[in-house]
Amino acid sequence: MIEIHNIHKSFNGVKVLDGISGVFETGKTNLLLGASGTGKSVLLKCIVGLVKPDIGSVTFDGTYFTNNKLDIRQEIRRKIGMLFQGAALFDSMTVEENVAFPLKMLTPDVSRSDRMDRVNFCLNRVGLENANKKMPSEISGGMKKRVGIARAIATDCTYLFCDEPNSGLDPLTSLKIDELIKEITQEFNITTIIVTHDMNSVMEIGDNIMFLYQGKKLWEGTSDTIMDSDVKELQEFIFANRLMRDAKKVEESEESHEPATSPVKP
Amino acid sequence: MLQHFGKYLLFMSSLFTRSESPRIIFRRTIDEAILIGINSIFIVAIVSTFIGAVTCVQVAYNLNNAFIPRSTIGFMVREMTILELAPTITSIVLAGKVGSSIAGGLGTMQITEQVDALEVMGINSASYLVLPKVIAALLMFPLLVILAMFLSIAGGYLAGTLSGALTAQEYITGIREDFISYNIVFALIKSVVFAFLISSISSFRGYFTSGGALEVGAASTTAVTNGVIAVLIADFILAQLLL
Repeated sequence: MIEIHNIHKSFNGVKVLDGISGVFETGKTNLLLGASGTGKSVLLKCIVGLVKPDIGSVTFDGTYFTNNKLDIRQEIRRKIGMLFQGAALFDSMTVEENVAFPLKMLTPDVSRSDRMDRVNFCLNRVGLENANKKMPSEISGGMKKRVGIARAIATDCTYLFCDEPNSGLDPLTSLKIDELIKEITQEFNITTIIVTHDMNSVMEIGDNIMFLYQGKKLWEGTSDTIMDSDVKELQEFIFANRLMRDAKKVEESEESHEPATSPVKP
Repeated sequence: MLQHFGKYLLFMSSLFTRSESPRIIFRRTIDEAILIGINSIFIVAIVSTFIGAVTCVQVAYNLNNAFIPRSTIGFMVREMTILELAPTITSIVLAGKVGSSIAGGLGTMQITEQVDALEVMGINSASYLVLPKVIAALLMFPLLVILAMFLSIAGGYLAGTLSGALTAQEYITGIREDFISYNIVFALIKSVVFAFLISSISSFRGYFTSGGALEVGAASTTAVTNGVIAVLIADFILAQLLL
């Protein structure tokens, strides 16, 4: 379980996070929802310690993280797996080496064969059985995200953080990635926090949802109650998402029904 | 300016706080030594051979006096090469090749969140990524400078003898004349200082890149410019202090 308390963060005098508190439960997919620029990614970075909050604290399973001793923060960080927006795979390493990297660095005493067993298990778990020797530049965006997830779970992480796991993916691949994250969360009983602005993800995998607007937490609830929310900004967000989805559907159906043009009589 | 310098000093100190295990740093240093050293041999060889050749031809052109022995040409090529051309020109060439590569590589890692990925894993990214580059540069630059010295003098020999400016005997007599071994030590000290400046400044510029591809390009350019300026300033200071 991760608890955040009264997180404030400003950049060059501009307030990005304004007193956010909340609890992210273990074994559940916790979503940080909101439009672009509302501070979701900054909040995620504050939680994992990549950005230091101006005020506020983060606690991992009762252990204070923010401003704690370096050793303790390092210890917690070693239990963290993170999937970045662009997957952040190491360009110079193969898929296999990418997944093996945290194992090599964090558990140097483990034998090479055990390490490779774990790598193969993680790659199989995310559905990438035959991509071991490929370079990141040779695989698709969806596959990169899968490798990112495999790397995140390689060290038996207790906390999984995903920064917009669906960005740049088609709807089907997005759905598969969402399902994979949900399955992994339940299978390994980990605390997962996902940053998203995709309502499809919310309805598919959102156990707990926190809605952010202009750096503030405006609403918190579950996917069952989100539609009944009376928060105006959230309703607008849901409406805008629906409009976008409908527009996309119309566009796709128009494209599929477009009569084939003859090369002779265009 | 002062703020940048302070940030640079803090960055350098972060290389040694919670550093990765010596085994990992050693392995990474070997990889970096290949990138910095082995991959630079060709460009260093070409530049130094031609610099030696041109120096010989130009000195011969200027020493058109019957009272000055022709062997002086060889002597001057040796002195210029060892004291200045081999360490400084080689370092300036490496500031362009190695400096831009370091800054570009780290900048790309930074904007694609690979550096953040290391930090989240609990790895000191500065130590893991930068320290091996600095150590590799400190080891490889002197070796490249020694190579440049040999090839530059050999280039002078070829140019001098093939152009008929002087005979092989005169050139060899010249390069053996009044040899001061301290000059070699001085050149190697310079190469170590230049290696540190180039690798650390380029790493600093690359590591703190933010934005996109445009900023990575800008970081590479700034790294090369700052590296070259630092080398020239250090060259003057070292000459004042050590000669």
